[in-house]
Amino acid sequence: MVLLTRKIEFSASHRYHNPDFSAEENRRIFGKCNNPHGHGHNYTLEVTVAGEPDPVTGMVLDLKELKEILEREVMQRMDHRHLNYEVPELAGQIPTCENVARVIWQLLEPKIKRGRLHHVRLYESPDLFADCYRNGAAGAGK
Amino acid sequence: MKNSEPSIELGRRYRFSASHRLHTPQLSEEENQRVFGKCNNPHGHGHNYVLEVNFSGKVDSETGMIANLADLDAFVERQVLEEFDERSLNEDVPAFRAIVPTTENLCMEIYRRLQNFPHAKLERVRIQETGNNSFEYAGDNGEGNQS
Repeated sequence: MVLLTRKIEFSASHRYHNPDFSAEENRRIFGKCNNPHGHGHNYTLEVTVAGEPDPVTGMVLDLKELKEILEREVMQRMDHRHLNYEVPELAGQIPTCENVARVIWQLLEPKIKRGRLHHVRLYESPDLFADCYRNGAAGAGK
Repeated sequence: MKNSEPSIELGRRYRFSASHRLHTPQLSEEENQRVFGKCNNPHGHGHNYVLEVNFSGKVDSETGMIANLADLDAFVERQVLEEFDERSLNEDVPAFRAIVPTTENLCMEIYRRLQNFPHAKLERVRIQETGNNSFEYAGDNGEGNQS
């Protein structure tokens, strides 16, 4: 098995706020991330696909194809958007790094037909990220 | 979508600067010099370490979080950074009086200090000693991830 990773970057804004919590609770739990008008990040996304290289092309999947999937599923949905208001897949969820990474996994997983989606890592900043692995995969969620 | 529900981990990076010297009284001076090379120089040297920790757990539906970062940051600060940052690992961290403060041993010591975080399960510790060296420990039964 060979792993292939492609990295993309996008910029988006978000706000952490749960309407079921009081204003004080929101403030206490989410801190600065609860500021009323939101804030933004430069996100970095690393997507890893696992598979056997095709004997003729030598590729697990064509990077062009992966690039197009990432453009369509992630960039067009999230780049220069407000994650709370403009991404229907996140409706009703706090757009934390964990939830955004999960939505990205769920968007990409069915679209990757050659090889299998193996790992999604979403950096919200260089020091904060979320990792998604296939449920039950070795090394994940032991 | 249910069957494509992934396992999710929260990853966080911290930085600390510390000095160390690789030297063991179990070896002669010559052997220490041969095994550890420059790292055996008598007065030690330092690194800017980057500590990367991964925690797994259920993403809370109300907060969207595996663990609140304020809790995690305070825990890592208390368990590791307070005692390690701007310190000599050999002199200031009791564990390294008996064992050599290689980054392998540092990974295991930090894993031990972080494994009781009450809000999520520690999956692995990765430490970059320099931009070119990194070490990873996922517990005795851990295999880590290949990516």
